[in-house]
Amino acid sequence: MTGQNYIKKIFSEGKRLDNRKMDEFRKVSVETGILSNAEGSAKIKFGDTELLVGIKMDVLTPFPDTPNEGVLMVESEFVPFASPEFELGPPCEQAVELARVVDRGIRECKAVDVEKLCIEAGEKVWAVHIDINIINHDGNLIDAASIGAIAALLNTKIPKYDAEKGKVIRELGEQLPLKDAPIELTVFKIGDTLFMDPTIEEEDEMEARITMAITQDGNISAIQKGGTGYFTSTEIETAADMIIAKSKDLRSFLK
Amino acid sequence: MTSTENSEILVKEKQLVTPGDTLAKGLDYLPSAGCYRENTEIKAKLMGLTRIKDRFIGVIPLSGVYVPKPGDGIIAKVKDMQSTIWILDINSPYDSILPLSEAVSDYVDISKTDISVYYDVGDVVYAKVLNVTKSKSVQLTMNDYRARKLVDGRMMKVTPSKVPRLIGKEGSMIELIKSKTGCQIIVGQNGLVWLKGENEPLAAKAIEMVEDFAHVEGLTDKVTKMLESG
Amino acid sequence: MAKEGAPEKLIIDGKRLDGRDFETFRKFDLSVHVLKRSNGSGTFAFGNTRAIAGVQGPRELHPKFLQDPRNAVLRCRYMMAPFSTSDRIRPGHSRRGTEISKVTTDAFMSVLCPEDFPKTGIDVFIQILEADASTRCAGINAASLALADAAVPMKDLIASCSVGKVEGHIVTDLNGPEDMYGDVDFAVSMIGDTDKVVHLQMDGVITRDELSRMLIMAHKGCSEVYKNMKAALKAKYSSNVEGE
Repeated sequence: MTGQNYIKKIFSEGKRLDNRKMDEFRKVSVETGILSNAEGSAKIKFGDTELLVGIKMDVLTPFPDTPNEGVLMVESEFVPFASPEFELGPPCEQAVELARVVDRGIRECKAVDVEKLCIEAGEKVWAVHIDINIINHDGNLIDAASIGAIAALLNTKIPKYDAEKGKVIRELGEQLPLKDAPIELTVFKIGDTLFMDPTIEEEDEMEARITMAITQDGNISAIQKGGTGYFTSTEIETAADMIIAKSKDLRSFLK
Repeated sequence: MTSTENSEILVKEKQLVTPGDTLAKGLDYLPSAGCYRENTEIKAKLMGLTRIKDRFIGVIPLSGVYVPKPGDGIIAKVKDMQSTIWILDINSPYDSILPLSEAVSDYVDISKTDISVYYDVGDVVYAKVLNVTKSKSVQLTMNDYRARKLVDGRMMKVTPSKVPRLIGKEGSMIELIKSKTGCQIIVGQNGLVWLKGENEPLAAKAIEMVEDFAHVEGLTDKVTKMLESG
Repeated sequence: MAKEGAPEKLIIDGKRLDGRDFETFRKFDLSVHVLKRSNGSGTFAFGNTRAIAGVQGPRELHPKFLQDPRNAVLRCRYMMAPFSTSDRIRPGHSRRGTEISKVTTDAFMSVLCPEDFPKTGIDVFIQILEADASTRCAGINAASLALADAAVPMKDLIASCSVGKVEGHIVTDLNGPEDMYGDVDFAVSMIGDTDKVVHLQMDGVITRDELSRMLIMAHKGCSEVYKNMKAALKAKYSSNVEGE
């Protein structure tokens, strides 16, 4: 219920609503393997923001231009109990953007080794469905969702496939092969202040945000700017440095 | 125009500018419609022609929708009504209302009269904008010597910012078209034009010509020539 | 590992397959005020990528609960025509279209003056007619021309271009093969020729140092696009001022 001008004012003074530093995250918790019917799963909390990521795998025909590669799909559901702003119906713009940004973070650095997911070239490959379910929206959904997706992938076991009968048998086999574990984080801007991990009150006042995924080598894969404000090139570079530094801390939460 | 050492105006009158163009520097100048101030500079926020008046710099757009102003004489079409007000389309993103008290001077007993007997849905009127609130609620009045119902005739649309050109200096352009085509023509500030008379298609052609060439030099001659050749 | 159908090399002797230098754009083609039933319109092409945009508004916004009593509501919608790509695209919503629509709307909100038209809606429809990479950038540029043509108040135009990394080289304005077989695709939009980034999406992996270099190339590229857009707007109406 804090007023718009109040938040702009305190940020301009270098303060936040809860006395955190600008690059300080709330209490982060990551639990994996918590959904008994999913091949991989994670529950993520950043303060009061909470979401579940479930991974389901099944067998599909591959895309024509990648006959030897498995398929990766990321979707997200903003269920109305997570926020009075969410409405029932097909995914809203925000949900689509979140899914695509998380997807990009994982796909661009080839984190999932899709070549190892080929069962029969041109005919059958594994599909990895990553579904992000928002439970409570208290800000910074993209970061929580991407950490959740990676944590869930690290926890995923490939089921068995009976080629003769053409059926997936839900017995857990090997760990899903991963080539990287990118950490995707966002820097937000209010006035001239750059900060991370906002609560919903802080996020509602943000003017612009920029999300970057950082690979294990410290390179940048996937960038997405959001919000109706702007960043100068210098601010983008500062944000990159903040994200690279913070990704090291958050990596310690992954198994 | 006086200017201090640090102030300078960077454009001429009636110069074509686009959004973001810097029109003047320094605090001596003030932004009027179509312009904004960024630090010490005045910049355009529309594409159009500059208009400089004393220390005010504005931009008149070459296109754009009608934004109602009090005092404007406009052509409006009734789209709905309630027991004591009419709601009219004024070719704007904003609807307007005409209260019974501003349309009929006699006493009307609304328990016995349906106001559609005065103006019904679909009727076209020439009215005056009485006032526009900050949230763009527009109120009209028929309390003006020019206000009346317009019956039959043909309706056309021109870009509202081109209406001054269509009317011409002291009405010269519109009088030219009226006389050469034998038509009554009423031009609303909102870009709606009503015409009725002998050679309606010729009048329409002339009006379209003004719309297409509104900022050409020698437009009057061009239109005269066209009207004379029929 | 080469993808199926990839040309052997995309850069030969310092030149790209279509003969361009690293910082050269494909041929620009711009036009303004081409759709008579829209309030404003424009087209923009980078070589064989062609976009058309039309603005309806400011106009009454329905349903009423969407109205903002103090501001106009801007909605940009990006879509690809079914015949725009070599394999037909099925018409209708796509998630990619939804995302691009959102980032496009956000980009223009940074310069719009929505308080000038309270309660109204301003709808921008962008359609890609021919796709050869950098489509969202062409779309944003066409929309800039259309919004200016519609006299929608904006502090400046938005200029957009793509930058990429192909065989280790940073290049401006990716074409189809470079986007498909290259390493990085960086689509960026800026306010006019300033250094203010209002839209940025990157696919691919770059080093921290490459980020700096790509931002510099992007600024140069957007400035060049901006120059061409201003010239096209002025040319459209200047010709009227001089005579027929």
